[in-house]
Amino acid sequence: MSHFNAAMSARARQVIALYPEPRSALLPLCHLAQEQDGWLRPEAMDEIAALLGVTAAEVRGTATFYDMLHTEPVGKYVVAVCTNIACVLSGGAEMLEHAEERLGVRVGSTTEDGLFTLEESECLADCDFPPCVQVNHRFVRTTTPEQFDRLVDELAAGGHAEEIPPHGTLVRVRRSGGLRVDRADIARERAGAEERWG
Amino acid sequence: MAVSMPTKIVTARLEHPDSHTLARYLATGGYEGLRKALTMTPAQVAAEVDAASLLGRGGAGFPAGRKWSMLKKDPVTYLVVNGDESEPATFKDHLLLERDPHQILEGVIISAYALQVTQAFIYIRGEFALGLERMEEAVNDAYREGALGKDIFSSGFSLDVVVHPGAGAYICGEETALLESLEGKRGFPRIKPPYFPAVIGLYGQPTVVNNVETMANIPWIVRNGGAAFAAMGEGRSTGTRLFALSGHVNRPGPYEIEMVKTTFRDLIYAPELGGGVREGRDLKAFIPGGVSSPWFGPDQVDLPLGQDEVAQAGSMLGSGSVVVMDSTTCVVRASWRITKFFFRESCGQCTPCREGSGWLERILYRIEHGGGREQDLDLLLDVCDNISPGVQWPPQQTTICVLGPSIPPSIAAGLKLFRDEFLVHIKEGGCPFD
Ligand SMILES: Cc1cc2nc3c(=O)[nH]c(=O)nc-3n(C[C@H](O)[C@H](O)[C@H](O)COP(=O)(O)O)c2cc1C
Ligand code: SF4
Ligand code: FES
Repeated sequence: MSHFNAAMSARARQVIALYPEPRSALLPLCHLAQEQDGWLRPEAMDEIAALLGVTAAEVRGTATFYDMLHTEPVGKYVVAVCTNIACVLSGGAEMLEHAEERLGVRVGSTTEDGLFTLEESECLADCDFPPCVQVNHRFVRTTTPEQFDRLVDELAAGGHAEEIPPHGTLVRVRRSGGLRVDRADIARERAGAEERWG
Repeated sequence: MAVSMPTKIVTARLEHPDSHTLARYLATGGYEGLRKALTMTPAQVAAEVDAASLLGRGGAGFPAGRKWSMLKKDPVTYLVVNGDESEPATFKDHLLLERDPHQILEGVIISAYALQVTQAFIYIRGEFALGLERMEEAVNDAYREGALGKDIFSSGFSLDVVVHPGAGAYICGEETALLESLEGKRGFPRIKPPYFPAVIGLYGQPTVVNNVETMANIPWIVRNGGAAFAAMGEGRSTGTRLFALSGHVNRPGPYEIEMVKTTFRDLIYAPELGGGVREGRDLKAFIPGGVSSPWFGPDQVDLPLGQDEVAQAGSMLGSGSVVVMDSTTCVVRASWRITKFFFRESCGQCTPCREGSGWLERILYRIEHGGGREQDLDLLLDVCDNISPGVQWPPQQTTICVLGPSIPPSIAAGLKLFRDEFLVHIKEGGCPFD
């Protein structure tokens, strides 16, 4: 039994076909697994391993290196508050404290209703809107405690569904089709290049 | 104070709200550079980029033309674009990815043609969900337009581009870690030599790695000629550059300015740029080129924004991010936060970096929070010396990559410029700014 549903399986195969070597699809497939399940379940890692021809330990060992891949369940909304240098000069630490109070959880934990996970993040490259807050890796640009509270209320009430999909969904634009240049074309181009170099 | 606002190269289109769409791109000269390049030989295209003297915009400032000429000739070569932008306070690639993905893509296609590469990868930081979506959309559009794929614009040249999402790890911006990550592994930097990407890169094949902003300059250079680009700026620092200004300024933001012709003072104070230090306060210090660069005090504010000019003054332009700290800034807290970042992001392969970053973080934390001891200042420098011998600029390297040696500069600069402030923390048993 496949853990990926039919649509995800099809997408996974398409992604693998984009790369010269299957293993390159490891991170993209982990993102797909999170899109399906909200986090990276052990069954998903097993399946990714089988699809790529590596061991489950290799998938897990790689995935745990990366901050965005969660091998434990997280909330529907992962709220990240940046406290790196530009943000800390403009209230980043205070915003994080406020977020802890408002959500009633410490950094790294999830609210009891399973809606919000709070994270302290490093620079998110949006330092001209400090302190920077992301929800599910979308820049929300709430820079005051009041704006933050309003956003939390709206999310809890099911708002912003359009811009902020549940945790795990990263890229909603599908690549239209696999590679357009087939291997024979590539081989021909390369042979040509060799000639040009003499 | 009037600053000369240059011809916009990489941000020209951003005045349009739909700057990311193919329609807007085509209406504003889009893919004309590619059409022109395809009428030239690959060598001629490369020669224009060389003549432009375009310095890489990713941090190290290596000339793109020279890097291209070092690519080992081999039937299988790759072009990989670095869109991992995670250097603290750097936010220019983020802007370009979201607001003008086609410009980057056109740069990639032209570069691939010049390098005779048939497969290119654009590695984008995973936290840039919108940037990833916009670039994926741009790639789809470019295939439909015939600007990508088989037999591009009937030229006989074919190229595939894959948009690859990262998954949250600063170290993957380091080019060899990025290649490991693209191969589906942990982002562990490779040992150089022998793993110089131009010789042994992606899947062991020769590979060019260039930054997103570097790519974004290419269409303009091909359209207008390398000489026109080199006519802007001065010396080795040609063209314009996108600087990310943040911290205690009235108008933080990304600003495209002509290299060397503009000073840090202009950037921070000019009304059309930074607009001055917030609430009219005094400038205490500024970070000229990302958190790996030694800080400058107010006496350096008249330095021009040029690669060699800043290097001669003992720091670097690095990733093009300038952080302004006003008189209310606690430098101990600032250097603690920067060090904490490195501690979190060290990949852990090298002992001095992995352990040293944690020691430094804990010492700085205790000074900031009232537990500092008189000997701590020597201890800080001693640990720094173990990470990067001599604690000098530019830093010595004993580790696999330069993340390790990037840790001491902010601490050393803080201690050099503001030793008294560290001592007050220790003597008063706490932070005087709290
Ligand atoms: C720790 C570390 C992080 C880096 N992060 C980035 C990054 O996020 N983006 C980038 O373009 N270059 C980054 N670099 C520089 C790259 O290794 C490489 O020099 C650059 O991508 C080359 O592109 P360029 O020649 O066009 O500048 C980083 C380097 C180090 C050592
Ligand atoms: S210097 Fe630090 S980040 Fe670089 S390879 Fe060594 S441990 Fe990893
Ligand atoms: S420092 Fe917070 S987003 Fe850059």
